[in-house]
Amino acid sequence: MKQKTLLAAVGAALTVAAVAPAQAGETMDAIKARGEIRCGVSDGLPGFSYTDEKGVVRGIDADFCRALAAAVFGDANKVKFTPLTAKERFTALQSGEIDVLSRNTTWTMSRDTGMGMVFPAAVVYYDGQGFLVNKKLGVKSAKELDGATVCIQAGTTTELNLADYFRANKMKYTPITYDKSDESAKGLEAGRCDVLTSDQSQLYAQRIKMANPDQYVVLPEVISKEPLGPVVRPGDHEWFSTVRWTHYAMLIAEELGVTAKNVDEMKQSSNPEVRRLLGVDADFGKAIGLPRDWAYQVIKQVGNYGESFERNVGKGSPLKIERGLNALWTQGGLQYAPPIR
Amino acid sequence: MKPSRSAFLSWIYDPKIRGIIAQVVTLVVLGLLVGWLAHNAVTNLAARGIASGFDFLNDPAGFGILQTLIPYTESDTYARVFVIGLLNTLLVSALGIVAATILGFIMGVARLSKNALVSALATVYIETFRNIPPLLQIFFWYFAVLQAMPSPRQSLGWFDAVFLNIRGLYLPRPIPTEAVTAFVVAVVLAFALWWVIARWAKRRQDETGQPFPVFWTGLGLVVLLPYLASLVFGSPFTWELPQLRGFNFVGGWVMIPELVALWVALSIYTSAFIAEIVRAGILAVPHGQTEAAMALGLTPQQRLRLVILPQAMRVIIPPLTSQYLNLTKNSSLAAAIGYPDLVGLFAGTVLNQTGQAIETIAMAMAVYLTISIMISLFMNWYNKRMALVER
Repeated sequence: MKQKTLLAAVGAALTVAAVAPAQAGETMDAIKARGEIRCGVSDGLPGFSYTDEKGVVRGIDADFCRALAAAVFGDANKVKFTPLTAKERFTALQSGEIDVLSRNTTWTMSRDTGMGMVFPAAVVYYDGQGFLVNKKLGVKSAKELDGATVCIQAGTTTELNLADYFRANKMKYTPITYDKSDESAKGLEAGRCDVLTSDQSQLYAQRIKMANPDQYVVLPEVISKEPLGPVVRPGDHEWFSTVRWTHYAMLIAEELGVTAKNVDEMKQSSNPEVRRLLGVDADFGKAIGLPRDWAYQVIKQVGNYGESFERNVGKGSPLKIERGLNALWTQGGLQYAPPIR
Repeated sequence: MKPSRSAFLSWIYDPKIRGIIAQVVTLVVLGLLVGWLAHNAVTNLAARGIASGFDFLNDPAGFGILQTLIPYTESDTYARVFVIGLLNTLLVSALGIVAATILGFIMGVARLSKNALVSALATVYIETFRNIPPLLQIFFWYFAVLQAMPSPRQSLGWFDAVFLNIRGLYLPRPIPTEAVTAFVVAVVLAFALWWVIARWAKRRQDETGQPFPVFWTGLGLVVLLPYLASLVFGSPFTWELPQLRGFNFVGGWVMIPELVALWVALSIYTSAFIAEIVRAGILAVPHGQTEAAMALGLTPQQRLRLVILPQAMRVIIPPLTSQYLNLTKNSSLAAAIGYPDLVGLFAGTVLNQTGQAIETIAMAMAVYLTISIMISLFMNWYNKRMALVER
């Protein structure tokens, strides 16, 4: 896969070298002309994006791609998923191979400014980096990890946070950097390393894939802020706003109690906020080239944010992750959307 | 005035001038194409807000590295990470080339053995390892063999100095003392003497036909002189022993399993090809040479060493060079098992942390090109030395 990565990078470099300069509306026009959204997702992370036994890509990141297709085309199935490793993802976006990267990617300043990418301020999942250890070690806190061997995935913010954390706490460690998250999990299972570090959501996902999940425990410390969300190329404001407001529409729908089931009845609602969201009274989609019922289609076909969360990573999934930081702001969480008006 | 006009145009029909024109045109077109691509890339990178250039090399890297041959901390620069990746690539390539050559020669000769069992075993070895993709072999040695190793607390240990566990092979680390100078001088002296004796023995054999056991004398010198030096001046090294502390062994010198797996896999894979090259080289030497050597009364060992191999080498060296190049390039598969080589570390982690795809990939490609050309130049020089001198 090394060579595949290299090939992708070289290919991307050549593509960057050969394509014409970016123009406003370019991405959105291309998407509409093509009739589908090309969406970069993870190469297999339960809860976020993975292929199920029927060959369908599922997860909260995959559902966000579907929501975008529902908003643009009124059909959630008009998505082409491209699985990418952590190392391949940015090159794939920069070179135009995908339209949007929805792959548990942390929003950081350097990624948002100097790398030919922008984050539309839509945080699909508030995460933080944690540690997964074998119970046999008897470790109760990350502070006891001095001298440990740590498995990581290459090319992630995790690599940098890990170094910072051990330096700040004056501890030593040996990193083993694998190409894929599955390999780093295998490294922990084989005993090559003492600890696996990654975003906590990923640790839960990796744990249920292991032969003996009860043997492993996630330590309480969270050592970083990892706001995960979609990324697009700069220069196309329509597309940027579509990505941002699709997420916000899903949040507002949850806030107002609009679900996939009751969205048709809700169209008759007298609540002006609901009427604006569903495009009954006014057409907010027009300004960014979306149909009048864009938010209705998103909620009808994919559901609101809470529904997507519970189905993929929450109570309705094997991961059983609590809402925590990802609860709505009205319920003590961080998920907050500006109003539609 | 037809003749003068044809004289004026006749240069068009001159094959030499035409050749030059064709070459100049090709060169100009190629140069324009490269220039256009480069200009386009720079313009597009700027248009997309991607920083370009090599300034990032001076920024601090901020991540840890599994194996560094030179001192490294997280606050060192990306440039240093580049050097570390390069050294790791060179280390595994050099180890691999030595091991693959030795294994390959043994297997190649064994396949030609008159002993049916030996030649059958060599055939099985060659056909097995030659036909399995190197990446699978690396995974095999890494995951299959790694799983069999004990955890640090149940390490296999010998003499409280050498330990083997899933984290690697731990060896005592020599720390030089003041007597190390005398030791080094003794080693150098021993090798110098070996060389002098070899020259003297060759001259004597040329003149009188009397052979001299050069190898055993030399080996004796190399062992004995340093030993005497350490007796007189004291021990040249103190040994730092690995000790189990906390999760892992601390101190000593560790050979990580990623390096071992990669080394073993690359050596075995390439040795199978080298064995076939050696076999072909030996078969290329006419049978009459063997018969002549037998007639002279040389032992089978001498026949191989003095008559067959030197002639076979002329056939062996050119394809052997290709195998060395292949091994070096295959070492980039390291990233699959987390060995921090140039591709995994620099074209992987650094590329991703900085987003400088074109710059990092170009640097990595330039390195492999340089290494390959250097191996190639060296082997060509060696080939010229070994080639048949026609008189």
